[in-house]
Amino acid sequence: MDRCPRRLIEGNDETMAHWPLLSILVWLPIIGALAVLAFGRRADTARWLTLLVALATFVLSIPLYLHYDAARGGMQFVESHAWIDSLKVFYALGVDGIAVALVVLTTFTSVLVIVGAWGSIDTRVSQYMAAMLALEGMLIGVFAATDALLFYVFFEAMLIPMFIIIGIWGGPRRVYATLKFFIYTFLGSIFMLVGLIYLHMQTGEFSIAAFAAANLDMKEQAWLFFAFLIAFAIKVPMWPVHTWLPDAHVEAPTGGSVILAAIMLKVGGYGFIRFSLPITPDASQEYAWVVIAMSLVAVVYIGYVALVQDDMKKLIAYSSIAHMAFVTLGIFITLALVRTHANADAARLGLQGAMVQMVSHGFVSGAMFSCIGVLYDRLHSRMIKDYGGVVNVMPWYAAFFVLFAMANCGLPGTSGFVGEFMVILAAFQDNAWVAAVAAFTLIIGAAYTLWLVKRVIFGEVTNPKVAKLDDLDAREWIVLGSFAAAVLVVGIYPKPLTDLMETSVQQIVSALLVSKA
Amino acid sequence: MKEGWFVISKTMLLMIVLLPLFGAVLAGLFGRRIGRVGAHTVTIAGVAISCALSMVVLYQLVWGGAATYNENLYTWFTIGKYSAHVGFLVDRLTAMMMVVVTFVSLMVHVYTIGYMAEDDGYQRFFSYIALFTFSMLMLVMSNNFLQLFFGWEAVGLVSYLLIGFWFKRPTAIFANMKAFLVNRVGDFGFLLGIAGVLLWFGSLDYASVFAVAQDPAIDIGSRTVELLAGHPWHVATIVCICLFIGAMGKSAQVPLHVWLPDSMEGPTPISALIHAATMVTAGIFMVARMSPLFELSETALTFILVIGATTALFTGLIGVVQNDIKRVVAYSTLSQLGYMTVALGVSAYSAAVFHLMTHAFFKALLFLGAGSVIIAMHHEQDMRHMGGLRKYMPITWITMWIGSLALAGTPFFSGFFSKDAIIEAVHESHRSGAGYAYFCVMAGVFVTALYSFRLLYLTFHGKERFVVDDHHGHGHGHDAHDDHGHHAPGHLAHAPHESPWVVTLPLVLLAIPSIAIGFFTIGPMLFGDGFGNAIFVREANDVIGEIGKGWHGAVGFVLHGIMQPPFWIAFAGFVVATWIWLFRPGIADAAERALKPIHTLLMNKYWIDNLYQAVFARGGIGLGRGLWRVGDAGLIDGVVVNGSARLVDRVSTAVRRLQSGYLYHYAFAMILGLILLLAGLWWIVARAA
Repeated sequence: MDRCPRRLIEGNDETMAHWPLLSILVWLPIIGALAVLAFGRRADTARWLTLLVALATFVLSIPLYLHYDAARGGMQFVESHAWIDSLKVFYALGVDGIAVALVVLTTFTSVLVIVGAWGSIDTRVSQYMAAMLALEGMLIGVFAATDALLFYVFFEAMLIPMFIIIGIWGGPRRVYATLKFFIYTFLGSIFMLVGLIYLHMQTGEFSIAAFAAANLDMKEQAWLFFAFLIAFAIKVPMWPVHTWLPDAHVEAPTGGSVILAAIMLKVGGYGFIRFSLPITPDASQEYAWVVIAMSLVAVVYIGYVALVQDDMKKLIAYSSIAHMAFVTLGIFITLALVRTHANADAARLGLQGAMVQMVSHGFVSGAMFSCIGVLYDRLHSRMIKDYGGVVNVMPWYAAFFVLFAMANCGLPGTSGFVGEFMVILAAFQDNAWVAAVAAFTLIIGAAYTLWLVKRVIFGEVTNPKVAKLDDLDAREWIVLGSFAAAVLVVGIYPKPLTDLMETSVQQIVSALLVSKA
Repeated sequence: MKEGWFVISKTMLLMIVLLPLFGAVLAGLFGRRIGRVGAHTVTIAGVAISCALSMVVLYQLVWGGAATYNENLYTWFTIGKYSAHVGFLVDRLTAMMMVVVTFVSLMVHVYTIGYMAEDDGYQRFFSYIALFTFSMLMLVMSNNFLQLFFGWEAVGLVSYLLIGFWFKRPTAIFANMKAFLVNRVGDFGFLLGIAGVLLWFGSLDYASVFAVAQDPAIDIGSRTVELLAGHPWHVATIVCICLFIGAMGKSAQVPLHVWLPDSMEGPTPISALIHAATMVTAGIFMVARMSPLFELSETALTFILVIGATTALFTGLIGVVQNDIKRVVAYSTLSQLGYMTVALGVSAYSAAVFHLMTHAFFKALLFLGAGSVIIAMHHEQDMRHMGGLRKYMPITWITMWIGSLALAGTPFFSGFFSKDAIIEAVHESHRSGAGYAYFCVMAGVFVTALYSFRLLYLTFHGKERFVVDDHHGHGHGHDAHDDHGHHAPGHLAHAPHESPWVVTLPLVLLAIPSIAIGFFTIGPMLFGDGFGNAIFVREANDVIGEIGKGWHGAVGFVLHGIMQPPFWIAFAGFVVATWIWLFRPGIADAAERALKPIHTLLMNKYWIDNLYQAVFARGGIGLGRGLWRVGDAGLIDGVVVNGSARLVDRVSTAVRRLQSGYLYHYAFAMILGLILLLAGLWWIVARAA
């Protein structure tokens, strides 16, 4: 029985020893970005070079998925080199099943963003493309870092390319939006930095695993918990620290919005799983109600706010906040399930649900923002009232739009359903009322999404400019078609995704059982 | 070989499900390439084979003695002890539903060739109805709650797409959104019900859940939980009511019925298929399938009984005052769904499913007949502009009579058996609410006869209330839409005529079971072992078993029935309708004036739609604006975010005087803020350590 897996593990270790795959995934796009800056004076050269790098990164991330031994779980593809000796900081990378899922999501989405930006960005092309590649590398770095300081460096550094993307290629209020975005997130990460420094003082190193192993009393945990909460809640973003997101999305170019919604927000959820749960389990249990309450407020409050938006991007931005609430809900119901109800399986269901929701939201929000980008490229308006009857002139586009809208409503058969379903099932095991409030998304989510569809897609064409629109071109087909395939595959057969994360999730959940105080 | 024939094969079940899906994908994605003929050929072939194979499966189960099929196809996820699958449970209940769904679907497919002949969205329409067939089959064949919910939502999606099929019409795209959202209210309950099943019954698979439900050692029926401190509720009641809320959405029970009449904005074939024969009965099917659960909760069943009775009577009353031919049939559907729900409420699940089946045939017939009339009238749906059509379209006329006679419960017609069984069951039941339900279903019988015959008389009999404008050119064939406005109401381009064979053939094929199916199947379905062990009824609740004690064959049932009040009440309805709408047309107007308040009440559908529109739609938008302006823009951004920026700004004003230019403004605010924060935090952490 156990011979076969062991051989797999050995094979894995052997090949990986010669093959620093994670470093390649992190640095290939970043070095690629420099190359694009250097050689991309012609716009088309920059585009093709960027696409080549992004594709190569995506292709290289496939072995990461294939060779990750999901049955064993834990950190694999580990690399570790001393970085700052005096502080015991290591350049340490490694991924568990959760990180693999997010890395592949990043490399997949990045390719589509590059393809999507092909025609819509035509000023300073090489700089835009370089910023996108650098961002991709840093995001992979965030998900792969096992050293807290390295994590922090990537966490902060990725603000810079995003700051540039919104600040240069953004809309008219981009200065306000970028500053709000930057100050908000920077403010949050300062708290995290203080927490990390404190943990370093306690343990003498910066390894996240060492932090998780450290004994911390309740008071220490509480301070750390809230430091992490501020940092990651802003990143997710959770109500009430969400107001930077709609502004950032509205001003960002399409590609920026896609990366922001599909991947950058995931860093917050990932941080909760990687830092809050293992390092401060007792405080997390004590204050889980705060996070759960914030999540539930987000589902209802943000749902209603999304309903009345006139700007498509703002609507989807608010919808993102409401959907990400399922991530935080799924993460923080685990503690009560494990500790109060002694039901580790339900906790795993909730945490898996949170993870599936993250991946799914990556696809769905990325697709929705891409859809809006398709219209914006043609009409230069994001206002709902400027559209109507788009299906008459763009039937294929309308079909994609309706599919993604349905995924946004959480229709079974699409990825949007899977995570929400798991989280609601798990939440009900803890508290039926929490599940009931969360399930309200079924109604309000459908209301704002379908009303959007009704006003933009259906009806007679009233705007003469809409009457002249062309349906999707080949490039847009590739982008929306790929997102559609991803949405349907995860919706119809989520097992490969949950299997990938199953052991890792189980390891995280069983660690929660141990009190550190 | 004999064993092979009498064992249900997985390949066959897969073909039944996947052939319609294959047709849908082909017609949907490659519609332009394969053309109209290609699209309808591939979908009709798929559904026809699916229908034939479903009949084989039914034969195997009922006559071949094949065992119930219950297997998983693939695992959706496995997390710890929880797993979800996709799989099939095929017993006699399922097989009967499969035959009904695929047969009516096939009829509707054929009919559509004629009805949608001139529509631009021809291929798209075929794609949707084939997709619907797939989704509905997934729903009825499921062996677990996950797939049930998938089918449940998928049929809802197709319904949404089809109600809004003519997406240029503002009314259609309002109606489809309304339908989806009202259904989502039901799904909200349904999903929580499923979550409750997982928590208290420990699984999502029917077999394990039913095993827990029926295990006397576990005795889940007496288990309670305090969701509100100090109020112990039975878990079975919570689960069953939540699940039933889902059924109330899908099967359009009061107060979630408002979407169904509006769904008539969709093309008529789908009104027949989705909004009469199959999808709306999914809720009824679901409760029957869950009978082992519902039998655990007397409270839930009483709730179902009262909801069903209210729906049966009060929506039927609205049908009496409608002038749109499709809306009359729609309200009739609501009322009949109420009858089925009443049957569920008195634990007569088999009677509910029996009525579901007969209703599927005669109501599909009525809708398709109404569609045939609408084609003939060039998309005029107002019965006030019809009359005397019988001589123009004899086949439609006769088949519509057959459908209406079945609906009104004429002895020997299929509807008689199923409706009488329900009324008898209510009569036998001692459940609280049964008295109210008995009154409602009895009064409902009169109302049913009233609107059914009113429809026939106004449409096919009496004087012609339309004018044929001969001077108009030709060319206004059967445009499926956009044909209004060419003529004043009641003016037609040319005389009405009988519809083509693709339209009348399904009418005839549906008329046959509308007449006969009740007579031949009541014995096995209600009083024999027709459903095997698919339906579970506790001994004390077994009203059908009670009625069965006096069972002496279908003829005896009829002879007994015509001695009973329901028959005479229906007859009275027939007489009144004939008198008012056939012989003395003036009385209707006089009655309308005399009963002005009631007429107004009914015309406004009890103002329920207006109430929802005001409270939920406008209220929701108002709440959203309020939260956005006061919460996001006012408090969070206005006071906290921009407020702290202003604070820093004010502090920096003094410093700024020393500076030149305001580019440093934000940068300074940022740096100052960060330094302050860092200092503060260091201080806090140092103290904590």
